[in-house]
Amino acid sequence: MQPRDLQPEQFSGYPPEAGKLAVRYLPALRELPLSFAPLLLRELIDYDYKFPAERRALEGELSVLAALSPAAAGEWFQAFAQIQLSPKLENTDWINNPARFGEEESAWLWTTHQLDAFRSAAIAYNDRLQRAAPPPPAPLPRLGVAVIGQGVSSWSAPLFRYLRPYGTWFPNVDPRNGLQHLTAALQARAAAHPAPYAHWYIDGGQASDHSPLLTCVSYAALAPLRSALLAFIQSQVRRPGMGPEELRSNLARLEPADLGLQPTDPVLDRFQVKIFTEGSGTQIFATTFAQWTAREVLRRAQPASLLVRYAPRQRQRPMNELLSNDDRAPQLDPPGSLIDADMGAWYQWIDQQRLSGSAQSAFLVWFEGQSQAVAISPNLPRGVQSDSALSLDKLLALATT
Amino acid sequence: MAPLTHSRFPLLAAVHAASDPREVALRLSRSRREFLRDAAGLTVGAALAGACPLGHAETARRRRKVIVITFGGGARDQETFAPEGQENIPHLLGELAPRSSFFTHVINRGILGHYVATASLATGVYETLNNFAAVPPDHPTVFEYFRKDLHRPASDAWVVAPSNGFNRIGESDCRSYGQGLGATVILPKRLLNAATSGATADFQHLLHDNYETPFYTPQVEGSEFDLQQLETLLRLSIGDFMAHARTLSSPDELSVYIAKQLMRQQSPSLLWITMHDIDIAHSGAYSLYIEGIRRTDRLCAELWNAAQNEPEYAGNTTMLILPDFGRDADQDSGGNGFQHHRTGDAASRTTWMMALGAGVREGVVYDSPIQSIDLVPSVGAIFGFSPGQAQGKPIPQLIG
Repeated sequence: MQPRDLQPEQFSGYPPEAGKLAVRYLPALRELPLSFAPLLLRELIDYDYKFPAERRALEGELSVLAALSPAAAGEWFQAFAQIQLSPKLENTDWINNPARFGEEESAWLWTTHQLDAFRSAAIAYNDRLQRAAPPPPAPLPRLGVAVIGQGVSSWSAPLFRYLRPYGTWFPNVDPRNGLQHLTAALQARAAAHPAPYAHWYIDGGQASDHSPLLTCVSYAALAPLRSALLAFIQSQVRRPGMGPEELRSNLARLEPADLGLQPTDPVLDRFQVKIFTEGSGTQIFATTFAQWTAREVLRRAQPASLLVRYAPRQRQRPMNELLSNDDRAPQLDPPGSLIDADMGAWYQWIDQQRLSGSAQSAFLVWFEGQSQAVAISPNLPRGVQSDSALSLDKLLALATT
Repeated sequence: MAPLTHSRFPLLAAVHAASDPREVALRLSRSRREFLRDAAGLTVGAALAGACPLGHAETARRRRKVIVITFGGGARDQETFAPEGQENIPHLLGELAPRSSFFTHVINRGILGHYVATASLATGVYETLNNFAAVPPDHPTVFEYFRKDLHRPASDAWVVAPSNGFNRIGESDCRSYGQGLGATVILPKRLLNAATSGATADFQHLLHDNYETPFYTPQVEGSEFDLQQLETLLRLSIGDFMAHARTLSSPDELSVYIAKQLMRQQSPSLLWITMHDIDIAHSGAYSLYIEGIRRTDRLCAELWNAAQNEPEYAGNTTMLILPDFGRDADQDSGGNGFQHHRTGDAASRTTWMMALGAGVREGVVYDSPIQSIDLVPSVGAIFGFSPGQAQGKPIPQLIG
């Protein structure tokens, strides 16, 4: 089956909005090479459960493709058309299961040494798309905040090593009421610029008090979902013949209800399930959960404001301890979690800078309960130290106004 | 920093990185050289290129031992040889690098999964087997060439490896080589599992097969080194094995313990040790990844010192230390930084190799690009066998 043979009725299994979108852009989809079309359908089939920013981006992409002349389309997709696929891949039900096709295509590209060619084609495509349909400007300068080091009372090693060159290091901030100042600032932004999924609060532990204007995801609140998922995985891996690809496909098919999640918001419910079914280590470590969720929120929801608060993860027990059959309750590892979160904050800033308006955006990372912070903003000099004893609300104001 | 955007192809690991991958690879290589020159006082090899001091005379070859250590599973420069990573590798830098020939630019053009990449290292061909299945390589391994061409006994070639998937790495499916001509493979974690029937759930967590697919363990197929052989071949009772395991903190420490026991009891001429603790990076916990690097750094030095202290190895052993590949760069939007090795970017494909000991010029850095599949032809040249199906080339600076 090739994309040129696509028919409207083949999208009858899609969720309603996704099906309508596919049929509307059917002529454009028919022009795509097989190495590419299922990857676009993988995005499209989830349209009903996508965040507003993702929907806009997907619609924009389809509009651009629909407007391409045959000559331009040939130029855009020439490199993808040269990718050789196997008959098995061609016979896959890539319309109804494009995610599985993507997994198998990835394995095929690695095996046949075509990955580098695909990478080049994808880079060129993305560059063209960015030029043809640049992302809309941010409604207000973006703000990212990372709060790291919960549970660590003293730390002598340098922090924020990667972030310091891009901003100002404040080693003497006033930590009093720091978290309240930060959540209040986000709430004020959410009240002043209300929009669905535009202002987020992610907590790697128990979420602190916050306004309902913020979209909140926390590790503690999702404990039942994690347990249900781990039980599902255990049952799957015991099945004869189960391999990693099939396990991944089965995980991808899980619905929130399958894991006992009470329906509240179909988009957010689905997002939370994917954090655990697509993220590696999110099921085990709270720090990984916080970092990966931040990455996915930035990539998908493209928020105006994002506060990520890290909490201690469970301690990885060494072999000798495990061999001693010591069945103490899991312990936490605050120092290790601080190191994890320090790197997570660096990744959060990188992910934020991938969004539109990066030159105007601000970022703040704070060692919770302590006096160290780094602020990055067009208002602040880079790679310098300031000994000002600012409170965190003042520091945030300095970075964002 | 290069302009960044989010990738539309996260699963296929395509990127928007603005840099030319070849340029990035060269930059990585150059920075390794500069750093080694500053930190360890090594000189650049171009001026000294030529024969190794010992050469490979026939008598030397007969006594020669080669130990290959894969610095696994994959570490990046910024956590190792770059200035900010030096604190994690004090043994490699302070003790081993000054005695080594260091190759700054080793490229892996194959599949970046640990089993398939290690199999490629061992065959000299970019293998395309299923990374998550316990299947043999398609092409003859270095162990088969070594044993068949040089008429060496089974006791002369061994592999110590971390996970079930590696059980078949000792010999290929190749008709003219294959069964009975390869290396004996020891999976220490599996021995531990066998020795502790009725393990707790936590213990099962320790024994999970690999970090790439933590919830899935391939079935072991083919011949297996068992607990009984622990006693007969390694002179190690199950009780002693368990007692020692209880003093160790990680599976790689257990592998090194077994490797040292092998060196003492069997003195194999060709010993291959695959480290794996670093690959805990897949869990996303950066601190555990760093701990893994520091432990692997220490264990490499421990093995080197063991070789210097064992009479069968002292003075006639060449040790080759290299990662199977790197890990994704922070700026590559197709990945998630250190956590995985999925993008195929320059940081994940470009690594290094350290050669030490017999026949190796000390304190030299070589920048010219080599490939990971060049390892087998180079080992062949050291021992004097011909790896006919290997696609790499002998590394001139190693073969004299």
